[in-house]
Amino acid sequence: MPGAIYAEGLVKTFGDVRALDGVDLDVPEGTVLGLLGPNGAGKTTTVRCLTTLLRPDSGKAVVAGLDVLKQPNEVRRSIGLSGQFAAVDEYLTGRENIQMVGQLYQMKAKAAKARAEELLEQFHLADAADRPAKTYSGGMRRRLDLAAALVVSPPVMFMDEPTTGLDPRNRQQLWEVIKQLVLGGTTLLLTTQYLEEADHLAHDIAVVDHGRVIARGTSDQLKARTGGERVEVVVHEREHIPTAREVLAGFGKGETTVEEHTRKLTVPVTGGAKLLAEVIRELDVRGIEIDDIGLRRPTLDDVFLSLTGHVAEVKDDENGANGANGANGAAAKPVKDPKNAKDRGQKKETTQ
Amino acid sequence: MSAVTDAVRITAPTNPVTQSIRDSLVVAKRNLIRMSRIPEMVIFGLIQPIMFVVLFSYVFGGSMNIGGTTDPGVYREFLMAGIFAQTVTFATAGAGAGIADDMHKGLIDRFRSLPMARGAVLTGRTLADLVQTALTLFVLAVVALLVGWRTHTSFGEVLGAFGLLLLTGYAFTWIGAVIGLSVRTPEAATSGGLIWLFPVTFVSNAFVDSAQMTPWLRHVADWNPFSATVQACRQLFGNPGVSTSDAWPMQHPVWASLIYSILIIAIFRTLAVRKYRSATA
Repeated sequence: MPGAIYAEGLVKTFGDVRALDGVDLDVPEGTVLGLLGPNGAGKTTTVRCLTTLLRPDSGKAVVAGLDVLKQPNEVRRSIGLSGQFAAVDEYLTGRENIQMVGQLYQMKAKAAKARAEELLEQFHLADAADRPAKTYSGGMRRRLDLAAALVVSPPVMFMDEPTTGLDPRNRQQLWEVIKQLVLGGTTLLLTTQYLEEADHLAHDIAVVDHGRVIARGTSDQLKARTGGERVEVVVHEREHIPTAREVLAGFGKGETTVEEHTRKLTVPVTGGAKLLAEVIRELDVRGIEIDDIGLRRPTLDDVFLSLTGHVAEVKDDENGANGANGANGAAAKPVKDPKNAKDRGQKKETTQ
Repeated sequence: MSAVTDAVRITAPTNPVTQSIRDSLVVAKRNLIRMSRIPEMVIFGLIQPIMFVVLFSYVFGGSMNIGGTTDPGVYREFLMAGIFAQTVTFATAGAGAGIADDMHKGLIDRFRSLPMARGAVLTGRTLADLVQTALTLFVLAVVALLVGWRTHTSFGEVLGAFGLLLLTGYAFTWIGAVIGLSVRTPEAATSGGLIWLFPVTFVSNAFVDSAQMTPWLRHVADWNPFSATVQACRQLFGNPGVSTSDAWPMQHPVWASLIYSILIIAIFRTLAVRKYRSATA
């Protein structure tokens, strides 16, 4: 039986750009699928096709048991959409915004009012309920947008980059809200450029690039595909790199990579913490001073890199909260791939 | 999937016509609340026509020949129907900018993902603009009375003239809706909504007697939908300068104005709803 969200061979072209090139998805009821990919990969287009906003050129889509192409209006009754930008009327108060959306979901005015009250409380917006949304912070607007999308407690939710542009504190808060939602049984499809976010929230992850799902699985499964754990060492003095390399080669199960400018050496290993202790002892014996050492499991960045041959690029101008993503940023090394870079330039997704 | 049936139960399908009216009113209310929170927009919308009244009546007043006289008092009475009509058409820009703004901010996406009547977002907006137009027209009429404009007909005829003006304004906001859905930014919708209105309102009988234009231009002016409303108002107000042209719209201005407005609504509403259905922000 197909899941709460099911897509088969979705294709959508804009001019000569193939934004979706045969997307297949299957999200079991009550689970979260993270759609992970860089800008222009086709994430937003996928969401727009599944939420009836865009008609795919070909393919099949079923949401909440309803055919998206044949019963769009029935689908709209069963879904909530929180788009890439907080879609709230900034001159309306928080309360008025939710009430309006409720009424447009065909709730009676009174029921919409009562529901708005509940949601404002639940999303910590009760104090600001009667202020125009214009006065809200970015995080508050996002919460308001999400609250509006949840007015009828739809069984299936779509969130397109819900935390893009939020500061770390607001991102954490929103993650909590999303987790609560999923505990309540909602099926959720979430797109994100943040590998950390997918890791954190999603049961399953589908990696998209150039309009196709290029890998899927749990976060652990995907990480396993890029190989096991590895030891990373940052030595204090540059001249110690060759000796350190020798030491690591003795323990490693593969080639040692060296980053000269950061004095970082990495080698794949098996043996876990015990082995790490041995490496430290040996380095100490050889008199190599180290700044940092650790056993690292592959991050989703590594997964992305090994799957696509390029890193998940995040455009600076699009989100001020880039710094919040430091962990990912550090792992992202610029890989020059002129072909990909060119395609990316043409394939500009609707982000305005 | 029990959750699905729950959702369907609270949002039981209703008669499509009732739903359409209800949804339009919800959206209209939203736009009216919005307008009331941006009063400067309403005020600027008022200042402009008042400025036109004052400028035209006092600057051009003494040099315009209406029905063989250059009496500024006669011109002032002649002018008002033109200013009223021009004012209602300027609502086009507001509707266009509002809809473009909704597109830009992602609100149209939100609306399109809701189980609401398809045309309701646009109908709601145009209805809210109609309310604003009525308010503007009321204030403008008061100012017109202050500078000496008078009607010389029955109350019913005057009311009919205002009805025609509102219908014309409503029709033009649908043109604005199409513009708003076609451009990328609200700014573009504002200028795109206004620019073409200048030739439309000036190549007409609104500010000068079209009989004095060169023949081809007079022809355009006589058949201009906008002129029909102006001519109808002049007739219904009993104001001077009613055109004696034998062009059909000038001979039957009330009918012409009604037909033009209904045609504009039919064409541009269809276009706008079609554009809305495939709108991408």
